[in-house]
Amino acid sequence: MAIQITEKHKEYWQRNLRLTGVLLFIWFAATFIMGYFARELAGITIFGWPLSFYMAAQGSLIIYVVIIWYYARAMGKLDDEYGVAEGD
Amino acid sequence: MATNAQERSAFFAQLKKAYTWYTGGFVVFVIVLAVLEQMGLPRNWIGYIFLIATIGLYAGIGIMSRTSEASEYYVAGRKVPALFNGMATGADWMSAASFIGMAGTLYLTGFNGLAFILGWTGGYCLVALFLAPYLRKFGQFTIPDFLGARYGGNFARAIGIFAAVLCSFVYVVAQIYGVGLITTRLTGVSFELGIFLGLGGILVCSFLGGMKAVTWTQVAQYIILIVAYLIPVVWLSVKHTGIPLPQFVYGKTLEKVTEREKQLTDDPKEKEVRQIFAERAKAANEKVKALPGSLDTERAKTAKSLEDLKAANAPLPQINAAEKAVKDFPKDAAAAKSAWTKEAAVGARANPPLKHAEAFPGKDEKARDISRKNFLALVFCLMVGTAALPHILMRYYTTPSVKEARESVFWSLFFIFLLYFTAPALAVLAKFDVYTVLVGSEFAKLPAWVASWQKVDASLLSVIDINKDGIVQLAEIAIGGDIVVLATPEIAGLPYVISGLVAAGGLAAALSTADGLLLTIANALSHDLYYKMLDPNAPTTRRVTISKVLLLVVALAAASVAAQKPADILFLVSAAFSLAAAGFFPALVLGVFWKRANAMGACLGMIAGLGVTFYYMATTQPWLRGVFGVTSPIADNIWWDIAPISAGTFGVPVGFAVIIIVSLLTREPDAATQELVEHVRYPSLRGGISTETN
Repeated sequence: MAIQITEKHKEYWQRNLRLTGVLLFIWFAATFIMGYFARELAGITIFGWPLSFYMAAQGSLIIYVVIIWYYARAMGKLDDEYGVAEGD
Repeated sequence: MATNAQERSAFFAQLKKAYTWYTGGFVVFVIVLAVLEQMGLPRNWIGYIFLIATIGLYAGIGIMSRTSEASEYYVAGRKVPALFNGMATGADWMSAASFIGMAGTLYLTGFNGLAFILGWTGGYCLVALFLAPYLRKFGQFTIPDFLGARYGGNFARAIGIFAAVLCSFVYVVAQIYGVGLITTRLTGVSFELGIFLGLGGILVCSFLGGMKAVTWTQVAQYIILIVAYLIPVVWLSVKHTGIPLPQFVYGKTLEKVTEREKQLTDDPKEKEVRQIFAERAKAANEKVKALPGSLDTERAKTAKSLEDLKAANAPLPQINAAEKAVKDFPKDAAAAKSAWTKEAAVGARANPPLKHAEAFPGKDEKARDISRKNFLALVFCLMVGTAALPHILMRYYTTPSVKEARESVFWSLFFIFLLYFTAPALAVLAKFDVYTVLVGSEFAKLPAWVASWQKVDASLLSVIDINKDGIVQLAEIAIGGDIVVLATPEIAGLPYVISGLVAAGGLAAALSTADGLLLTIANALSHDLYYKMLDPNAPTTRRVTISKVLLLVVALAAASVAAQKPADILFLVSAAFSLAAAGFFPALVLGVFWKRANAMGACLGMIAGLGVTFYYMATTQPWLRGVFGVTSPIADNIWWDIAPISAGTFGVPVGFAVIIIVSLLTREPDAATQELVEHVRYPSLRGGISTETN
């Protein structure tokens, strides 16, 4: 039996791609844009850390964890909405 | 083999109970040892007890999980819940370098060292978004499996096997080396014996139970290593800040360190010591320049100073040192050149202290730009490499479902994050301690940990009164990175049992990573090379047996390489990331996200990516240049000032470009392959094909 890809399936994949793209951009900003401007950001201090040091040592890491957490949650919902979730 | 939800949650509850008891038991074990220490248990006994107890524990889990069933051996029966797979991945991921080396690297390099923190965590975003769920849906045993199925045939699989074995072997040598070092430190046995003791611990586990045993052992190892890492840092934080949450309060400590750096930069005594080093370096450089003529004059000078000391009836240690200098005097001009060039390296100690918090330090705008470029390039390579290392990707085959694979990446990064956001705090706290307590103290009253570590290994710590004023100057301290983690318990004033715990944690980190890597290599050879390519009719039991035999062979080979104490081991490990990034990442990602990618494109792209990366390293990295006899000046081979460690910066884009261009120039993949791509994109698809192997 051949795979049946309906319009709904295509829409699921499009929404997955969009979510992936947005999260990838946040990842890129937290890593490379932050890194590129590290010297400029060092002027700002929070609780003793220069902002760029804080981001590279902790802030960006927290963003990464949240990105992955959000992706898992959103995709779980998307699976249910489009009926492609795995049954037991 | 669909286990139903009820069974799964019962299994989860059972695991939770087992590991809670285990953690409790481990804490009691450490407390009992601490009490015994107070009652007079000798230190080396504590070391032995830690070594035997932990390796025995890992072996015990291995024996309990022994199996010869293929799906249990290769992917732990695909029943590892997301949370536990996350812990296992954490232990699999965090190697001896993360546990012992990371905080030291941060201590020595300040902001620039944070490239490792960013790179080794941010890579999991790529794993989560691009790979883990799709590989889980594909659901076979290895990464070459996916390449073989997606890019129709054995050629893609063979390149995958080559790349997987190459990066994993380089990496496993470094782990076994770490095992040897830690065992030696913990118990005082010789390095070689340490390697083979550790190897025993690795093998009992992976040999008997494959992925199943390795998974449950790694969970146990994660618990030990995180406890061992956190306790001393929390204590140090209480000592300096009064608050037991180092990660949230070390900003203030960093401020004080920065303040202290300024004082030490301008301190006249510090300047005096730095001046002495600058002069020594200058003298050594002049000797090198005056070769070969300086050889005879220097030899005469060395001999004369010995005569003078003897004539003056100088104290014995001085005479001994002078005699040694005469005996070790370089035999010819070449030997003299290398010895004196080494001597000139003390010039580095003539520099004022590094500014810990400053991003991309450099003497002018150009140097700062190069530093920034290399920081970003290294972060890129480490991230993409993380998302392409087969021993990590393989772990996402072991979850029960696609949904749990996604959640499992979250847990993986969460557990890794706990250690990685503590390491920068540890580096700052340790630096604060050295800068304020050690610097300025009297040589007659050095802290106990300084004296004991100086004795253990002068390359880890040496404090010598260069300007003879009886006071420790910062410039008089030479410190090796590894000591930061190893000596923290003593710096914080904790009993020896905690030092033993830290060593056991380092051992757990090295063993768990070695386990995962050995399994990857053995599986690539037994499952992909032997079963899929040479003998597709081999029965399951023979495949598993062959895998076990290969595991032994590979482990022994890695141990014998590690016993040679290869130079540049750190470079090799970093090279593994660039190679994995360039070899796997483009082919895997395009395999899922671009249906048009075809076999020809993928094979050429993988070869081109690996080739460019390797070529760049071989022409710019001193040790590899020696191996391959490259003689053209490094400056001619460097592209855009990128260091050889970040060679993947070129390899990855080349890999992507070649796959895309070649695929577009050749025929699109057949319908079955396109169907496979659709299949992996949806967690469940009615009327779909099945690729999962049980």
